[in-house]
Amino acid sequence: MTLKLGVPSKGRLMDKTFEWFAARGVTLRKSGDEREYAGAVEGIAGVDLVLLSAGEIPRDLAAGRIHLGVTGSDLVREKLAGWDSRLRELARLGFGGADLVIAVPQAWIDVDTLDDLDAVAAAFRAAHGQRLRIATKYHRLVRDFLRQHGVADYQLVDSQGATEGTIRNETAEAIADITSTGETLRANGLKILSDGLIHSSQATLFRGRRRGWTEDQREAFTALEAKLDL
Amino acid sequence: MTRSAHRAEGRAIGERCLSALRAAGAAPVDADILQPASVLLDLYGEDIRGRAYVTADPLRGELMLRPDFTVPIVRRHMDGGADPARYTYLGPVFRQQEADEARATESLQVGYELFDRDAPRADAEVFATIADLLGDAPLRAATGDIGILRAAVLGLNTTDRRKAALLRHLWRPRRFRQLLDRFGGRTPVPPARAALLAQADPMADLPPVMGKRTAAEIARRIDALQEDVAAAPISTTELELIDALLALSETCPNVLVALRDLSVDMPAIGAAVDGLSARLDALAARGVDVDALPFEGSYGRTSMEYYDGFVFGFYAESRPDLPPIATGGRYDALTAVLGGGRGVRAVGGVIRPELLAELEAGA
Repeated sequence: MTLKLGVPSKGRLMDKTFEWFAARGVTLRKSGDEREYAGAVEGIAGVDLVLLSAGEIPRDLAAGRIHLGVTGSDLVREKLAGWDSRLRELARLGFGGADLVIAVPQAWIDVDTLDDLDAVAAAFRAAHGQRLRIATKYHRLVRDFLRQHGVADYQLVDSQGATEGTIRNETAEAIADITSTGETLRANGLKILSDGLIHSSQATLFRGRRRGWTEDQREAFTALEAKLDL
Repeated sequence: MTRSAHRAEGRAIGERCLSALRAAGAAPVDADILQPASVLLDLYGEDIRGRAYVTADPLRGELMLRPDFTVPIVRRHMDGGADPARYTYLGPVFRQQEADEARATESLQVGYELFDRDAPRADAEVFATIADLLGDAPLRAATGDIGILRAAVLGLNTTDRRKAALLRHLWRPRRFRQLLDRFGGRTPVPPARAALLAQADPMADLPPVMGKRTAAEIARRIDALQEDVAAAPISTTELELIDALLALSETCPNVLVALRDLSVDMPAIGAAVDGLSARLDALAARGVDVDALPFEGSYGRTSMEYYDGFVFGFYAESRPDLPPIATGGRYDALTAVLGGGRGVRAVGGVIRPELLAELEAGA
């Protein structure tokens, strides 16, 4: 049995991951056709490349279907409850950086902190008879964060894309979304709460904590650890 | 783990409890396993999604696997129950256990809910009934009373807005503390807020408003902030009284003495302390050893339940890893929310018989 390494199957995240491994003497490449999701590994024995959607890598790691994987640290926290009991972080790769933040309309000049957001949520519920809606695709991360900080009277509404537009469309009053520079948020008339940073994400190499690796897999991992200087 | 390994024994204990409660005059009731999610979400907030199982039906929308029986039983009672009314039930409840995989996600509960105007007597009846059903299992009882903290907050010499904000967060100790610190001047006004309020007309250069929250709502909040910043801080004396109340941890009679002392400086808690005293008398009349019964000023503030008065729990001393074997409390406010403002007095308790079986098996 080989050691399976899961890598995002397309785009910048895949290219940057390939570069990161190449800089450490491990060549990853898609085999054959550009559209094919099979890969090859050179420079180290006993490791197989599996190309997957970045969003599926956390669960596949936790389930033991792959042994190592590169994905966003935000996705791992969002998809896996108690992620650190199931995965171990091996290396932060230094790219794919983005912050998950809470943002509200710039016109909310009375709102700068979570304390303000909580007070506004109470007043909004009293005035409108419904909880203040926060649009996001990061339900677990946002809910855990707001619970920790004692924010109440909100509801999460699912938004899988164009989240910045939900407030203008009156399907949400606030959003929790990823941003790298905040430019898109500003362009959409939004501002970030001063204490509204939920998680600073970047591409990260993880290993699953599942036991039962074969001798070959352990050897391949030790060799890879040395090569990547983990 | 989805179910307790002590399922059969737990079921047998649960059946025994149910029979005993029926024999004592409680009406057996059942509740649908699938409950409308909107009711529970409006009650508990978004947090419940992390603790209960949510599912969807194409016609009925979001549904939730019942996380407890209390809410469906209150709704049923509010539709026209007897006065007083006693209910009992036995069945599984469902809770996600994200933090601890060893805890069962499906577990039996046997419960007793009492709707009765005589609160001290009803509190004592529920506590004593649950205690009797637990028999001589090696359990430690814990009690508290959210109503005393509530009365203390209502009696603070400060604005109604501040009191409302504190009452809203009785069950979130961290946010409660932050609010108290700010209202008491222990932490400064946040800089962004100070800058906003320093402007002659904060609304003058309002960026374009979008979404459902209107400019009028923003202006109202700024007025509220102006009022707050102009209001005197809650006095150190009052803050210390609240701290003293929350720090209480003693036997009930000693707590009663301490609370009588506190109520000299905090007369607003007088009626709630009288209520505690009447409850202790009622408990003693039912044979509960109140002299040895512990009381904690902060007990019951972090549970999901909507308890707003008497609260209690029974814990296995030898198994600190287990959740409480039994819990209960008063939930008058919940009945008002579910009854559309029309509330009744209600108190209830549940036993988790599978945990009791696990405890017996280990003993």
